[in-house]
Order: sequence, then structure tokens, then C-alpha cells
Amino acid sequence: MISLSINGNTQQFDIDPDMPLLWVLRDVAKLTGTKYGCGKGLCGACTVHLDGQPIRACLTPVSAIGKGQITTIEGLSKNGDHPVQQAWLEHNVPQCGYCQSGQIMSAAALVANNPSPSDEDIDLAMSGNLCRCGTYVRIRQAIHSAAHLAKEVK
Amino acid sequence: MSHSIENLSRRRFIQGFGSVGSALVLGVQLPTHALAQVANSQSFDPDVFISIANDGLVSIISHRSEMGQGIRSTLPLLVADEMEADFDRVNIVQAVADAKYGSQNTDGSRSVRKNYQRLRQAGATARWMLQQAAAKKWQVDADECEVYNHKVSHKTSGKSADFAELVETAKGLTPPTLEQLQLKRNDQLRYVGKDDLPLADGKDFVNGTAVYGYDVELPGQKYAVIARPPVVFGQVKSFDATATLKVPGVLKVIEIPAASAPAFFKPLGGIAVIAENTWAAIKGRDKLKIQWHHGDNANYSTREHEKAFAKTLAQPPITVRKKGNWQKALSASAKQLEAEYYISGLSHSMMEPPAAAAQFKNGQMQVWGCTQTPQSAQRVIGDTLGLKHEQVTVHVTYLGGGFGRKSKPDYMAEAAILAKQSGWPVKMVWTREDEIRHGYYHSPSLQRTYAAIDDKGKTIGWRHAMVMHPINSTFNPNAKSPTFENDLGLGDVPFAIDNILIENGETATFQRIGWLRSVANISNTFAVGSFVDEIAHATGTDAKNHLLQLIGQDAKLDFANQGYNYRNYNESLDDYPLDTKRLKNVIELVAKKANWGRKLPQGHGLGIAAHRSFLSYVATVVEVSMKDGKVKIERIDSAIDCGKVLNPDRVKAQMEGAAVMAASFALRGEITLKDGIVEQGNFDDYPLARINDIPPTHIYLVDSDEKPTGVGEPGVPPFAPALCNAIFAASGKRYRRLPLSQFGIV
Repeated sequence: MISLSINGNTQQFDIDPDMPLLWVLRDVAKLTGTKYGCGKGLCGACTVHLDGQPIRACLTPVSAIGKGQITTIEGLSKNGDHPVQQAWLEHNVPQCGYCQSGQIMSAAALVANNPSPSDEDIDLAMSGNLCRCGTYVRIRQAIHSAAHLAKEVK
Repeated sequence: MSHSIENLSRRRFIQGFGSVGSALVLGVQLPTHALAQVANSQSFDPDVFISIANDGLVSIISHRSEMGQGIRSTLPLLVADEMEADFDRVNIVQAVADAKYGSQNTDGSRSVRKNYQRLRQAGATARWMLQQAAAKKWQVDADECEVYNHKVSHKTSGKSADFAELVETAKGLTPPTLEQLQLKRNDQLRYVGKDDLPLADGKDFVNGTAVYGYDVELPGQKYAVIARPPVVFGQVKSFDATATLKVPGVLKVIEIPAASAPAFFKPLGGIAVIAENTWAAIKGRDKLKIQWHHGDNANYSTREHEKAFAKTLAQPPITVRKKGNWQKALSASAKQLEAEYYISGLSHSMMEPPAAAAQFKNGQMQVWGCTQTPQSAQRVIGDTLGLKHEQVTVHVTYLGGGFGRKSKPDYMAEAAILAKQSGWPVKMVWTREDEIRHGYYHSPSLQRTYAAIDDKGKTIGWRHAMVMHPINSTFNPNAKSPTFENDLGLGDVPFAIDNILIENGETATFQRIGWLRSVANISNTFAVGSFVDEIAHATGTDAKNHLLQLIGQDAKLDFANQGYNYRNYNESLDDYPLDTKRLKNVIELVAKKANWGRKLPQGHGLGIAAHRSFLSYVATVVEVSMKDGKVKIERIDSAIDCGKVLNPDRVKAQMEGAAVMAASFALRGEITLKDGIVEQGNFDDYPLARINDIPPTHIYLVDSDEKPTGVGEPGVPPFAPALCNAIFAASGKRYRRLPLSQFGIV
């Protein structure tokens, strides 16, 4: 049995310790907000937080997590009102929406680590997250808004 | 009008609204009270697209698939506006496959064009009946009753009723005739055309609750992946699944018979691994030992086949369009230009690879998936499994991108095969490698362009020869040359040149070819848009002015008497003219907004290109800089005239995204086959544009009351030529092959 803390709940899973976190989240814990995109850490669709830092769930075997706290899109905020989520709605960022869980998790980590990111900071932090619909321009705008919102909340 | 107006509330409404009772796995999150009202048929259903529950909640059917184009934020909004519903009290219901909605095929940038009028009529029908219901209830003249924001009110008496209070009365009324219907005037529209419309599904997208094909969870569901023949129409010679079946969690291995030509939308066949979770299925598949019989298509290699392309273009066997006399123009010319362009094969690579879940129970097949075309899926599933179409229900989830790949429901049928054979509910997913290696590709294309220029610098002759693997080859293995692809920027060049010759080469095809966002416009417009710029440079003319000169006088073009049957996206030229005035207008608009001709820093350049596709007009200006031999896109400006704009924000989003996708194609997009096998497999060797590739992008919409036309695709074609023209302006180097990564400048 493997014990994982996901979105504040500790759960026991009877799974192969080599299984990547992505498939545990999706197929076992039934948290399908975290997406598969490439399975190789190339696209960022599976981005979740481990102790607040963004990681690629598709490359992280559950055995490597230990007591770390996992946060997924479902646990980012209680009411879907994290500053990044609010900013995403304000700018109508999503097109198909599929990559957006990963984008939002990467952006939330960026805003938490850097309260006033420049365009260059954003490009650097977000360049691991692919969007085939091409929402990049709005992602950049929304992260600036989210950074402002986050300051207001504080 | 293609559908009849009838009051459906008088009979039980099983399909469509009734079926949402089983919507637990669907992308549509219904409030529970809506389910209750809809399911017990207490509602007023003035049209197949509209249902009003007796608490006033309006359900509007979205019969087209949401794949990021924002159709659920557009068509239901149109209905709501026309019927005067409060959009906060509207519930959007995703339709199952059902012919009663008309075509549900969400491709060709035509969902708005094909549904605009009929959905407005549906909304107006509901409004008319609610108005009549109020009049009947109050015993007053209907003309004295005003319908506004979910209420009907009577001015003189001050009476007012919410839609909820009118449901019972409205149910008994006879629907209006078309003559009785009155559509709203433009100034009465409250949602349509407004700038600040929220996304219908925005919250589901940002909190992770939107359910895509990949996310469907059925009770007791198993998970599957398939090892498909590496070469199209290859077969399993033999296989050994011993090691696979030892992987913990692997339950079953099923062989799916190989497909034979024509490819159509048939599953390719192969060996499926069904397991307790996706990871076990993938691990089990890795351990399969399969001997393949590759078949004839293994003789094809993309690089090698370029020679066959070149050979057929040396003497193109097919004339597509002939105006005047190209040979005479050539003889009379003072200057001749010639260029050869090559555009690589491309894969769709939407972020969500194909995925579907299926359950077979009591003779009924239910399939849930991310399909652009539920009705074709229903047919293909039925035909594959020998089921009657009425035994097959196709539910549409959200699509994590489509771009034409999800118009081919091969994967929907794969899931159905596995559910039927195993007896389990099965979700079958494609990995990224599956998606890149087993696609319906955008064909590589070789193109040759020739210009005859007189001593005054005027182009008096234009010749363009093109070869590609025709999309028809997917349906007819004998198809050797393009048909409708010629209408996508090749035959329909809108230039006022007296002598024009358009030709095709022929080729056999060795892979599945399909339509990809803007289809052959991608390759044809790259050649045309680049060559126009080459002529401008050769004649010492400003690129924008030259483009306008080539287009010439205002005219509504047709190509009659030029031996060319131009299909105009299957619309008549009377209804949707090819209007050069509108094309010139977007060129002028984007040039003005981008400040065309502005002084640029050293090493920067501007490029422009314009094109009409899917009946819409787009012009794009790209600014690049060249530094240390590498190109950087500095700014994108793009203008579109798509007629009447329903949801401006979504049109802008489509245009922004089209530039990004076009940048992916132009910078790094290349699918190649060697011995019939696709050489790429993931985003490391088939890279997409990333955020740091994309600069500030400015979109301009032409204010228009013309009929609404395409939005999803038209933004793509002008981008690549504008980019390469900008690189030429910045560096003096002309790149005639895509992607640009092959030249080491990316």
C-alpha cells in the first residue's frame, strides 16, 4: 500500500510503486482534471504541485513522492477562485481547455514564487506547457492580472 | 428551411433532452433540477433545440462539438438572444448523434454559417409562442406583449410573467409559420456581437471538471491501448503476449483485424491490451512481441517520393484552370520568374489524443468520445460491428482540440470493438506516439510557380502547378490528383492577371491523408503568398502595394469559361461572392493597424500576405528580427472579415490561435515516413510552438452585416507566407521550404 496526500487528504493506494503519479490521479483516484499529453514531460499538461512546486505527474513515480503534499487542479482552490483561475476567466484564456489545468498549475506556482513576473519570467516559467489552440498571448496577459489579484488578496 | 417547426412537448422526448438523464459522464454538467424537469417531460419544447422547464430554466441543444472554437459560447447564445432568454438561466445540453439536428459534422468552419438562420428561427419561435401564451393568459393582444430577458410584460396593464409561468400555456399552442416569425433587429440583440461575453464553459475549464474523451469514467471501466500496424494496411503476422499478460493489471489481449484500402474511417487493426488502468495497458503493450507484415506501403519514403513529385510537375498532366494564354504571355514577357516551394507533411497533434469509451449492454452500444462528427461515428461503429445504427448511441464529450483529426472516428469504433468483444465497459486511449504515428496527415506538397512580367513590371502571366496526396485517396485508392484542394488557394487566386494557367501533378498515396485546419490552403497559400512577394521584390514594388495591384479593381470573381469548376466551399457565388473589395479592405486595414512601412530596427523585417478561405477574408502582417542567424517573431497583426461577428472574443481567440498553429507548422512542423513508417513520435521530434515563440498578437475584426462565414480556419493560411516574407525583408534570404527548422534559423 502506498500512502499519498492529495489535496489535503491522505489516502492509501494498492498500486505498483513504479506507476507514474498521473495515472494514479486519473485512473485510481479518479481526479481527471490532470491531463495526459505526452507521457514524457514535454508538454506540461500533467503539471501538479508537489509541496507547492510544479512537477510533471507523467514522469513522477508514486514511490518518489513520500510524504510530499500533492495539489492538483481540483485542490488549487476551494471554489475555483484562485487568482490565476479568476484571471483565466477574466481574459477568457481557454479555447479547448485541455491543457489549461497544467497551464494554471504552472502559472500558480510562478505567481507564488514571483509576485511581479515580467513577460520574460512568464515565458521562462511557462515554456514547458504546450497549448495547441494557441492561447499563449492570453496566458501572458492573465498571469499579469493574476499577479495583481494575488497582491490584492494579500 | 431544412427543418420543420413542430411542438414536441406533446410527445415524449426521449432522444436529445431526455437522454441527459444519463449524463453523469458527459462534459455537460447539468444542475440537478434541470435533470428532473427535463426528464419528466414537464417542459415546453418549441423546437428540437430548445426546451423550457416549468421553473423557467431554458435548455439549449449544442449539436456541434466544442473543440476550442467556442461554438457552445456562440450558437446557444444566438438562440438565447433571439428568444430573449437570460443567459444566466440557460443550460447548454450537448446533443447525442441524431439526424434530427441536421449535420453535426463540426468541421469546415461552417457551424455558424450553416446554422445561423435556422437557430435564430428556433429562438424566434420560442419567443413568439411565449408571447402568445402571455396574451392568451391575460386575454390581451399579443402585439401588446413585450418579451424581454426571460419575461413577458404587458405595458398597459403592468402585468408581467416569467417564462416559468408561461410554460403550461405555451405547451398547448400551435407553433408559428415562418411568415409569422419576426427575427430581432440588430439593435435589439443583447448578446450577439457583444465584446464582453463570458465563456459558456469557462469555469469547467479552469477548475478541471470539464470531461473530455480521455476523462470518461464508466462504472467498472477497464482501460485499453492498441498496438497498431506501423505501416498503413500492414497486418499482424504473429504475436506473443506472454510477457504482456504477466504485467500486473493486464486483463486481456484482443486482436483487431487489419484494415484494407480504402482507409476511410476504419480502425487500422492491431493488438489491443486491456488492463485495470492505463499505465498497466501501456506497459503491457510495450511487452508485446509482434511480427508485422508491412505490405506495399512500406515501399514509400517521404524524401524519396519528392523525386516523383518533381517528375510529375515537370510536365503536369492535369489542367485545373486556364485563362488567356500563358505561353503567349511568357513569349511576350520581358522578365520571367520561377520558384519551387515544398511544404512538409503535418500531423494534427491536438493536446488531447483520440480517446473514447464504450459499453455494450442488452444489444445497445453506447460510445462516449471526443468526436467532431457523432453521426459518422455512429455509422462507422454500426458498420464495423454489424449493428443497426439505432443500436448505437454516440455521446459527445468536450474535445481537447480537433483540427480535423477528430472528424475521423476510427478511434470511436476501436473502443466499441473492445467493449463488445470483452463485455466490459472500456476506455481506449491513444498515446502521443499513437497520435503522431497513426494520423490522417496533411499531405506534403510540391509547388511550382511561374510569372511572366512585361517591360513595365506588370505581371501578365501566372502559372502554378501543384502536387499533393489527395484527400480523396483516403476514400478511393485510385485517386491520384487533388479535387476540392484546388479550390483552397490554388485555382481561386484572385489576381487580375490576363493569362493564368493552373495545373496538377499526379501521385499515388501510401498513408492516410486527411484535412487539417485550413487544409490545402496551408500549402497553396504559402506558395502563392511567397511568390507574390518575390514578384514585388523583382519589380521593385512595395509588397503591400503590389499585392493590391495584383488583385486589381473591385470585382466579384467567377471563373466561368476558364475550364474550372470552382466549388466556393459548396456555396453559390451569388450567395457568397469572391469579393476582391473585401480582400483589399482587410489588407488596407491590417497595413494601417500594423503601421506598414514603419521604420524598423536593424535586422527587422515586415511581411504581409492575404487570403480568402472558408468564405472569410484575412490579411496578416508579421514582424521578425534576425539575430545571430536565428529568427524571432516580434509581432503579429491580423485582420479578418468574416461577415457578421456573433462572438467577437471567440473570433479573436481563433485568430490568435491560428497564428500560433501556423507558426508551429512553419517553424518546426514536419512529418516524414521512411519505409512506410512515421519517423516522429512525440513533441521532441514533432515540436509545437511554445509561449516564448509567440509575440504580442493584434487582431482586427471588420464590422460587417454580411452573412457570417468561417472563423476556425481562415487565420492559418496567410501566416506562413507573411512570416517568410518578413524574414526575406529582414535578411534578404528567401526560404521556400517549410519547416524553417531545416535551415538552422529556428
